[in-house]
Amino acid sequence: MFFSALSASKAVFGMTVALETRGLVKKFGGFVAASDVAIRVAEGARHALIGPNGAGKTTLVDLLTGFLEPSAGEVILKGENVTHLAQHQRVRRGLVRTFQINRLFADMTVLESVTLAVCERRGLGWRWWRPVGAFTEALDEAGEILAMLHLSDVAHERTRNLAYGRQRLIEIGLALAARPRVLLLDEPAAGVPAGQSRALFETIARLPREVTILLIEHDMDLVFRFAERISVLVGGALLTEDVPEVIARDARVREVYLGEAAGG
Amino acid sequence: MSLSSAGGTRSPSAPSSAAGISAAAPAARALRGAARWHWAEYVFWAVPVAAYFLFPENLVLLSQIAITALFALSLDLILGYAGIISLGHAAFFGLGAYVAGLMSVHGWGDPLAGLAGAALVTALGGLVTSFLVLRGADLTRLMVTLGVAMMLYEAANKLTAITGGVDGLQGVSFTPILGLFGFDLYGRTAYLYSVAVLFALFWLARRLVHSPFGLSLRGIRQNVVRMPAIGAPVHARLVAIYTLGAAYAGVAGALLTQTTQFVSLDVLAFNRSAELLLIVVLGGTGSLYGALLGTVVFMVAHHLLSDINPNYWQFWLGALLVVIVLFARDGVMGGVRRLNRVIARRKGGKA
Ligand SMILES: Nc1ncnc2c1ncn2[C@@H]1O[C@H](COP(=O)(O)OP(=O)(O)O)[C@@H](O)[C@H]1O
Ligand SMILES: [Mg+2]
Repeated sequence: MFFSALSASKAVFGMTVALETRGLVKKFGGFVAASDVAIRVAEGARHALIGPNGAGKTTLVDLLTGFLEPSAGEVILKGENVTHLAQHQRVRRGLVRTFQINRLFADMTVLESVTLAVCERRGLGWRWWRPVGAFTEALDEAGEILAMLHLSDVAHERTRNLAYGRQRLIEIGLALAARPRVLLLDEPAAGVPAGQSRALFETIARLPREVTILLIEHDMDLVFRFAERISVLVGGALLTEDVPEVIARDARVREVYLGEAAGG
Repeated sequence: MSLSSAGGTRSPSAPSSAAGISAAAPAARALRGAARWHWAEYVFWAVPVAAYFLFPENLVLLSQIAITALFALSLDLILGYAGIISLGHAAFFGLGAYVAGLMSVHGWGDPLAGLAGAALVTALGGLVTSFLVLRGADLTRLMVTLGVAMMLYEAANKLTAITGGVDGLQGVSFTPILGLFGFDLYGRTAYLYSVAVLFALFWLARRLVHSPFGLSLRGIRQNVVRMPAIGAPVHARLVAIYTLGAAYAGVAGALLTQTTQFVSLDVLAFNRSAELLLIVVLGGTGSLYGALLGTVVFMVAHHLLSDINPNYWQFWLGALLVVIVLFARDGVMGGVRRLNRVIARRKGGKA
């Protein structure tokens, strides 16, 4: 707390809170995967969430997005309590995630997948008369997203025929198609060959500032380059939260997590 | 990890956005063209017309095929597109059959009104039961659909005053279609009527599956977990398609009543649901045409095999099913698609 008070002045972002949790608890039987988590992500933030395997990072994303129902506590999105909203209702309010393990549409072409997501965001999902191809704007938008992710050349390929690394980009493309206001990226580079993960992070870094980003990532180099603020989760509880320099020096963080990675 | 650098030799310079979009253009064109009619489809639909002239003696069987095809189409909509498995789809077929029959018995013998009435009642039935069916996973759905169909069967069996019970509904008769085309002894009107209704509803379904709504159904089937994460209300979509599937089945049932002028309990029988599932799997799910082809193959095989060997035809039908499921995945339609790909490759090889 002392450190975070000191460093607050260094924060480059505004004070409006985009996403916040209050006393969030998740129990799986007797096991507590999230214990009294109170996290605040500022509007426009580049915020990272780190912690050892099994710390509960993915569980927290699941709770934020409504994929899991919390045992207690609240999720507040831009001042609105969304704790009891369904997943798709939160997505419509701009809270969008990617999955740590790809969840894609294996038998659709890359363009179809992203067009599907674009159509949903544009509220076309109930249109049943005109063919998808007639919604030119949606198609163009999907094409732009593919171009941004360097996927245009495989737009016509079936998702299942792509290498995992490229599929990973579709995972992000589907999220971008939802026009996130708050984007939760759960280890976006997991499974991406080292040579390609940098390009992936450049793409993420280029996203406009209006998009608030909470990133889960294991590669400390990437985290420190990307994040302006870092929360550390250990055993389902928040250990600390601060700017990268302070986190890097925090002895407790080094002990539980950074130990071997800090040298890199 | 160092191995991957070989794969990273692709030029890192980003293509300009415009170039990127034009690179995606073939995919966009394919998507735009997907809804267009293929010449093979015209050929396909010429077959029932030709059959009318080629097999005037077999119009009763042909009508049954058209009606079953519509029934299969209804199951393909919910199974092939939304991934809802049902072992009790005859519930809606039977309900539709009884609605049309009862309407005629009680003085409302206009065929089109009968179809509309059946569609309405079965849609309502689908809507109500969808909330039960959609609760669980596949096994639950199998059991719930089966259970609902069994309950309906027993209800129709018991309510003899209304349904005629095991004796069937007596006194069913219909006025000429649109006041013009009366049902004749040879089954000509019945056949053309069945094919016309089948085609109209097929056309509607075809539009639907190529629409954004249809795409979202495919999304649900392929990855139901992802759909809410892109903002899609999965449950509502499933309720909608289940309701529509029920209505389609209801219309098929009504057609059977109208073309045979009779309703018996077997419209609700388990056998009908099971056979239907077999037909749709045989034909290949999720393409609409698979359901139609599956029906034709099944009904014709049934007809021929039972002619050859009236006692053991089911043996060969079973064998056919096992062969198809084990060796020709995606059924008849899967085979057609593979053939298509081979031909396309031959053509492409020259280029
Ligand atoms: N559905 C579940 N049922 C039981 N335990 C779970 C479930 N999901 C996650 N866990 C447990 O919760 C802990 C946190 O998991 P997770 O959130 O995936 O961690 P992280 O993403 O930080 O690696 C792990 O110990 C995991 O085994
Ligand atoms: Mg995780």
